[in-house]
Amino acid sequence: MDTLLKVNSLKTYFYTIDGVMPAVDDVSFEVMRGETLGIVGESGSGKSVTALSIMRLVPHPPGRIVGGSINFKGDELLTKKEYEMRMIRGNKIAMIFQDPMTSLNPLFTIGDQIIEALVTHQDLSRREARDRAIEMLKLVGIPSPEKRVDDYPHQMSGGMRQRVMIAMGLSCRPDLLIADEPTTALDVTIQAQILELISEMKQKMNMSVIIITHDLGVVAEVADRVVVMYAGRVMEYGSVKDVFSMPLHPYTRGLMDSIPKIDVNEDRLKSIEGTLPTLTEKFKGCRFKDRCVMADRVCHEEEPPIVEIDNRQVRCFKYI
Amino acid sequence: MPLSTQGYRISEAKMMTETGEITIRTDEKYRRKSPFVDLWKHLKRNKLAVTGLAIVTVFIIVAIFAPVLAPYDPYKQDLTIRLLPPGSPGHLLGTDEYGRDMLSRLIYGARLSLLVGFSSVGFGLAFGVILGLLAGYYSTLDSIIMRIVDILLAFPGVLLALAIVSALGPGIANVIIAVGVWSIPTISRVVRGTVLYIKEMDYIAAAKALGETDFMILFKEILPNCVSSIVVYATMRLATAILSAATLSFLGLGAQPPAAEWGAMASTGRNYIFQAPYLTLLPGFAIILVVFGFNSLGDGLRDALDPNLKNAL
Repeated sequence: MDTLLKVNSLKTYFYTIDGVMPAVDDVSFEVMRGETLGIVGESGSGKSVTALSIMRLVPHPPGRIVGGSINFKGDELLTKKEYEMRMIRGNKIAMIFQDPMTSLNPLFTIGDQIIEALVTHQDLSRREARDRAIEMLKLVGIPSPEKRVDDYPHQMSGGMRQRVMIAMGLSCRPDLLIADEPTTALDVTIQAQILELISEMKQKMNMSVIIITHDLGVVAEVADRVVVMYAGRVMEYGSVKDVFSMPLHPYTRGLMDSIPKIDVNEDRLKSIEGTLPTLTEKFKGCRFKDRCVMADRVCHEEEPPIVEIDNRQVRCFKYI
Repeated sequence: MPLSTQGYRISEAKMMTETGEITIRTDEKYRRKSPFVDLWKHLKRNKLAVTGLAIVTVFIIVAIFAPVLAPYDPYKQDLTIRLLPPGSPGHLLGTDEYGRDMLSRLIYGARLSLLVGFSSVGFGLAFGVILGLLAGYYSTLDSIIMRIVDILLAFPGVLLALAIVSALGPGIANVIIAVGVWSIPTISRVVRGTVLYIKEMDYIAAAKALGETDFMILFKEILPNCVSSIVVYATMRLATAILSAATLSFLGLGAQPPAAEWGAMASTGRNYIFQAPYLTLLPGFAIILVVFGFNSLGDGLRDALDPNLKNAL
């Protein structure tokens, strides 16, 4: 398997009035062709900013990519000109968003919007694009697509709209699909359907997927490898099998323990005490130290480097 | 026919059975209906808006067909029939101090008002919409454009138009420019506000992720979403434009005598206010009616186009 995307010590900082906020700090990972990578973390951990950095769509100001490299199919994305990036966005790398209720323009039919995506990148007439749009809608499991193509977004349910978003994202047959919390806004039964659809599409089109979520269940279901992010840092990185069977980092363990177990009667749901640290001031030590049950003195003074143990990476002093 | 929220037309059929009457409702999907049909459905429930629409329609028809509708040449003087009161035979609304037919002059006046109204609002829209789009979309341009707009807004309404006309000299064309310039700041603010809201929508992020250019996003994604607020505001603005053009003409800075312009007519009629008050009152009523028409239509459009505001305002 060859590497499709290689992100190397990516740094995306936000320059706010309160100071510099390292939203993504020294993040590295790889996505192989045909592989699904899960990025998990709580709100504010920098997972969405990582995705936007790959697309070079970090809102500027206040955000800026200040370092690192993003290598996509052997090309460096960070040095590409804006017009070159536009040829990649939607064409080679597609993205779908969290809320399908608001990610379609309410004024145009879904057909128009898929056609727009197609004619932007491909040399197609509108008529051909329309046929392709219908084909795509059929592929993502929209019933009677030749009729639904003329529907407006408000005439569809949330699950249907997410299918439309997937159809739109996949219409140009991208090499990489970035799904930013694609199931968070959907109800549970629809969630499973959408995840299944994404996996199925991945197989059919031989593409890679980055799935961003805070739901470990989603990762377990669809991902091959997983990046656990916390406060802009990669805390643990490895295959889903390894990480789920034996989580190394205390944070990953905390996340696993927070999942309610069906066979244990618990009065209170477990959680990780505390909140994300504010990183704008001079921050010392491990970013997870204040919430960590195993924090030592060294954790408060120095930040642990990321170390490699049997094909996986972890950022904790316990493993040094 | 009642409409459900999900965009289905509900048709009802009544049936007589042995146990009594039953009603069968079918939800039939409707396709691609014109937005105007939908707009009219909402608008016609509002009596004031329908009245406004009727006034505006009549006004536009009168303006367009003025040569056909006017019984006399509005500029033909006949000093033998000076100051005939309304209701005089042959001159329904009387004659003015030069014996010109008042009805014909009022009808031709509609033309000038329509011209000034539409062209000045068009002028304001052309600049205001572009400025508003740029200011709303590019945060770096925002403060520059909005400070210039603030300067223009600092002048009390007509005073700005008055200053512009004084600088350019009196005349209809300059009134159009003056009233147009005066419309730019408020129009650009309205557009900017809508853009600020729309650009945060996920579908704009999705459009960027699809590789659309800023130009496409501005004009194909954002602008169509601004159209309803622009239409509402422009309709209201027409009333203001017509009123201010009449004001400028009344002050002697707009249309010059003998032009059949409502403001100018009211102004010259002032000299005869005791002998022939209708010379001032009739153009005044015409202005009131048209302004009222555009304002109520604008109100109705706002309610029809923005369901969220319906109860709020």
